[in-house]
Amino acid sequence: MNPTRKRRMTIVISVVAAAVVAVSLTVFALQQNMNYLFTPSQVQGGQATQYQTFRLGGMVKSGSIQRSSDSLKVSFIVIDAGGAMPVEYTGILPDLFRDNQSVIASGRMDGARFIASEVLAKHDETYMPKELKDAMAKAHENKKIDEAAAKDPVQ
Amino acid sequence: MANWVPLWLHKLGSPPIFYRFAGVVRPWALALAILAALAALYGGLVLAPADYQQGDAYRIIFIHVPSAWMSLFIYGAMAVAAFVGLVWRIKIAEVVAMESAPIGAAFTFITLVTGSLWGKPMWGTWWTWDARLTSELVLLFLYLGVIGLYHSFEDRRQGARAASFLALIGIVNVPIVHFSVNWWNTLHQGSTVRILGPSHIEMSMLWPLLTMMLATKLYYIASLFARVRADLIATESGKDWVRAIALAENGDRP
Repeated sequence: MNPTRKRRMTIVISVVAAAVVAVSLTVFALQQNMNYLFTPSQVQGGQATQYQTFRLGGMVKSGSIQRSSDSLKVSFIVIDAGGAMPVEYTGILPDLFRDNQSVIASGRMDGARFIASEVLAKHDETYMPKELKDAMAKAHENKKIDEAAAKDPVQ
Repeated sequence: MANWVPLWLHKLGSPPIFYRFAGVVRPWALALAILAALAALYGGLVLAPADYQQGDAYRIIFIHVPSAWMSLFIYGAMAVAAFVGLVWRIKIAEVVAMESAPIGAAFTFITLVTGSLWGKPMWGTWWTWDARLTSELVLLFLYLGVIGLYHSFEDRRQGARAASFLALIGIVNVPIVHFSVNWWNTLHQGSTVRILGPSHIEMSMLWPLLTMMLATKLYYIASLFARVRADLIATESGKDWVRAIALAENGDRP
């Protein structure tokens, strides 16, 4: 490689390297402010106190959904590994909203309750046919029954 | 050029040879792209079963995900060509980089639109400022910036040099788009298809996805070569080889 090309290559690589360093530092510095959501345990740990409104993310606790009979009001409990938080919302929910579904609610705290102005459903990256899912669920259930039977030798 | 570069690659750097090569490859790439796309659409929209969770609505994946892959892939290709163009001042590399930008911008736009259409029924919103969506939007602006900068110079090659720098600096955004779903809490889910380890998608849904990926790659080649040919004819219009082609096409007419 002749000297001119070598010089150009050095310039180009150093400019790109400088850009990479600048962006990485920025991203690293923003890491804490770039949180899209807080989980219930983070909120209860006081990490969201500086925000008037924020997003709460977690899983809908199974059996916790209570719909009002005369309005669109719905209340449910959002849980994560180490916390649970009651949420209230009035409005139309996405199709995927149900028990054990990951949801992201934006809104504000009102005492210990979270008043949501918008509820979004987050889905996982798994795609499979319904029949397969049913078969897997069935196999899983059978296994549970077998396990229960194994634990309880009297029956 | 260094000795280790194969002779044919060296020859491809010459505009008339690249022009002819691209002319031969383009129709084949386009035909195969259309065939693969039709097969993928049939496999995805007719043969593949409905998803256990999203029902039939997930089928937009067969457009959304291949477009998203291409938006990143083309940016990578553009950056490599820009690098070669900047260091070795090879005209073909500059043209390839600059003509890649509009195709990449189109794929990025398709990704954003289909993602939005998919987001409304499943997530419950058209748009949200999470890390994945925002970085993909930044990618679109980078493409538009490269296109704009290239065309803002009177001299094409000077414009290509400036825009190549922008393209190279913007490469920082590509890993951010890809890893955003791992680095931050996002509404967008993680990657379904993995090169290392098992994919989170059933075989009957995976093959149309991969076929569509092949189709979009071939379409990129076909589209790029057509654009490069047009660009070469325009920028080299004073050269003998262009005159020879023009004479051959038009016969003896002036």
